[in-house]
Amino acid sequence: MASTVLKVEGIEKSFGGVRALKGVSLEIRAGEIHCLAGENGSGKSTLIKVISGAHEPDAGWIEIGGRRLTRLSPIEAISHGVQVIYQDFSIFPNLTVMENLALNMELMDKRAFMNYRRARAIAARAVSQIGFDIDLDERVENFSVADRQLIAICRALLQDSKLIIMDEPTSALTKKEVKALFSVIKDLQSRGISILFVSHKLDEVFEISERYTILRSGENVAMGSTDELDRSAFAFHMTGREFSEESYRPAGPRGDPILSVKGLSRRGCYSGISFDLAPGEILGITGLLGSGRTELVETLFGLTRPDSGAVEVRGNRARIRSVKEAIRHGLGYVPSDRLTEGLFLPQTIERNTVIAVLDRLAGGLGLLRRKAVAETTARWIRDLSIATKDPSLPVRTLSGGNQQKVVLARWLANDLSVLILNGPTMGVDIGSKYDIHALMRKLAAEGLAIIIVSDDLPEVLACASRIIVMREGAFVRELDPASTTESVLSELSTGVA
Amino acid sequence: MKKDQNLARLLVMLAVVFALMAALRPGQFVTMANFGSMMRQFPEYGIMAIGISLTMITGGIDLGVVGTANLSAILAAKLLIGAVPRGAPPEQALPFVALAALLALACGLACGAFAGLLISRFKIPAILATLGTQQLYTGIAIGITNGRPQSGLPLLYSNLGNTEFLGLFPLSFLIFLLAALAIGLMLSRARFGTCMYMLGTNPKAAQYAGLGNASILVRTYMLSGLLSSVAGLIMMARANSAKAEYGTPYTLQCVLIAVLGGIDPNGGFGKIAGVTLAVFILQFLSSGLNMFNSISNFYRDVIWGGVLILALVVNSLLARREARLAVRRGARATRA
Repeated sequence: MASTVLKVEGIEKSFGGVRALKGVSLEIRAGEIHCLAGENGSGKSTLIKVISGAHEPDAGWIEIGGRRLTRLSPIEAISHGVQVIYQDFSIFPNLTVMENLALNMELMDKRAFMNYRRARAIAARAVSQIGFDIDLDERVENFSVADRQLIAICRALLQDSKLIIMDEPTSALTKKEVKALFSVIKDLQSRGISILFVSHKLDEVFEISERYTILRSGENVAMGSTDELDRSAFAFHMTGREFSEESYRPAGPRGDPILSVKGLSRRGCYSGISFDLAPGEILGITGLLGSGRTELVETLFGLTRPDSGAVEVRGNRARIRSVKEAIRHGLGYVPSDRLTEGLFLPQTIERNTVIAVLDRLAGGLGLLRRKAVAETTARWIRDLSIATKDPSLPVRTLSGGNQQKVVLARWLANDLSVLILNGPTMGVDIGSKYDIHALMRKLAAEGLAIIIVSDDLPEVLACASRIIVMREGAFVRELDPASTTESVLSELSTGVA
Repeated sequence: MKKDQNLARLLVMLAVVFALMAALRPGQFVTMANFGSMMRQFPEYGIMAIGISLTMITGGIDLGVVGTANLSAILAAKLLIGAVPRGAPPEQALPFVALAALLALACGLACGAFAGLLISRFKIPAILATLGTQQLYTGIAIGITNGRPQSGLPLLYSNLGNTEFLGLFPLSFLIFLLAALAIGLMLSRARFGTCMYMLGTNPKAAQYAGLGNASILVRTYMLSGLLSSVAGLIMMARANSAKAEYGTPYTLQCVLIAVLGGIDPNGGFGKIAGVTLAVFILQFLSSGLNMFNSISNFYRDVIWGGVLILALVVNSLLARREARLAVRRGARATRA
């Protein structure tokens, strides 16, 4: 039997009246890849914070480095070789890659001045560990989310670690980057480092981990060896609900196209894009980050302007020069970054829901009709089963899935003819993902035209009625989801056969 | 919940300041004369504080309010002095008084629109853009007057400005109440008010929601400019003249009122009711301190600066606590 790196037992933690952890246990063995799974709000993050010393548990104990402790300080955790890579990466966007990587090391050595030659050596060593090809002198803010995450990972690898905890590390990575990350994880494992991989994505759990622990509502619901776990059992443990994995047959287009894009180009982003979209269709656009997929739909929504080409709505030329005009043409857009682009986090759920339809809810003198506002909000909370009792709470108190439903409700409350979703279920728990997919299908069946932009290939395959693959700003090929596979899509997006 | 707590806190502060002054200087503070004098003092800076509050709600600030007020007043004064002969009867002066007021309001709108354009089109941080406009407007005002006060206004103007209703309430006080009510209603109930709060919370999300950020900002600063010009007209009536350097200390005082009144300096939150209470608190303090001979007026800046920093620190601590409570409430509501 392998030795244990870290063991916690009977951990309890309450915040105010809410019991986040109700006696949770977890054991991580030396050199294993252990997956900690659970929906949002299941207590995963709280448990990680207990292990990393950020939270003091109310009860239970932690066994680390052969000692049994009732609490742990962050410094003790680090000195025992525990490193956490958080979802927000905790890196400095205004510094260069090199500075970000070398800063901690320089600080830990208590050096007052940066030595740039030494810093460069440290940084070069860090990125070479995961074969990451990146300009060390570029500022971090100029990189994509995926690259920033890899930088954060590189930085954690610089410390002498026994256990690396990765909190949802793949939520913003493309398939290729996830592969690269997984090979890094395997490499770390071969050096004897244990990994606690926090995820709610079923495919990743199966692909990478040897053992798993699943939390639900602050309790252990299952743990064991991943070999002995199957998909439906995983989904059941996560949610406590049974899902039928019926395969979806889209109804397909009905009537004339509602949106026609003709030879749309924007320098440095995309070029020569043409397609038609009819009511009832779900068009899936997939491609890597930087393939121009986000830039394309942001132009359609009036956030940027094309250099050439035309857009027609219902057969008429539409010059969409602002988001207001896009909304007037019946377009809605759920952006990829829910937290910064989609939501007004500290504002109420109600305001977040009705913000795009204020015109319709205002009476004389531009005063809002309170009853109409409340009724609209109540209707969408009910229709999309948004889990809240009180729409006057800030929207940030909702889980990721429910937040995404609020952004969806905002557009559905409008008279919509085309809904564009960029990463519709990114960072969303399984239960909400299922709900959002079902909702998209229902909306399409009711005659809405939908575009989903996603690099979650199973999602595109499961939801789209046709798929367009983008690479380097151009459409590579259009495919029928019924007769294609993930690996075909993946090859087309990367251009590697 | 948050708003009620904030208003309750301000009411308690108001009561404490009032009780303190009443206890220490009963013969001076609690008199009709003192209340009459206070009602004549605060409307001018109270109205500018409302303007600054609006811009702070959208995530900016307007440091140009005093410059706008003085420039507007000077244009109005120049028109009146030039057009109305000395000793002209009120009937002859009246149309020119109306015209001068309109000119001042138009000047306020234009000054605000210019600041709004700098901020929305050229993406200049509001604090720098309006520091610039303050200097610019004051400079223009000094230029066209050679720095001299513009006096010799028709009698009608100051008579109008100093009218008292029911023998007690000066016109300027009623204008302040009207402005506070109208702006308060706009913020809490109108479509435009909601847009201002949302833009102040997250300009990027506002852009993605199609609110039209540039137009909201320009209109907000125009509103602030309009309120400033109203304040300028009130100052002109009180002083019976206009001058480029009237009311210079009001800028900091108005920021202090906005912050004390619960306007979030990061944008997105705050209510006019709170700002109004803060105006009263500050006026009580200011009038009360005047009654202490041992406290020199030279210490006034120390007191205002100290109160501003204290209010910022307290608000920051309270906001942190509120955020924690909100998360807990949210967790409970989701579970329930």
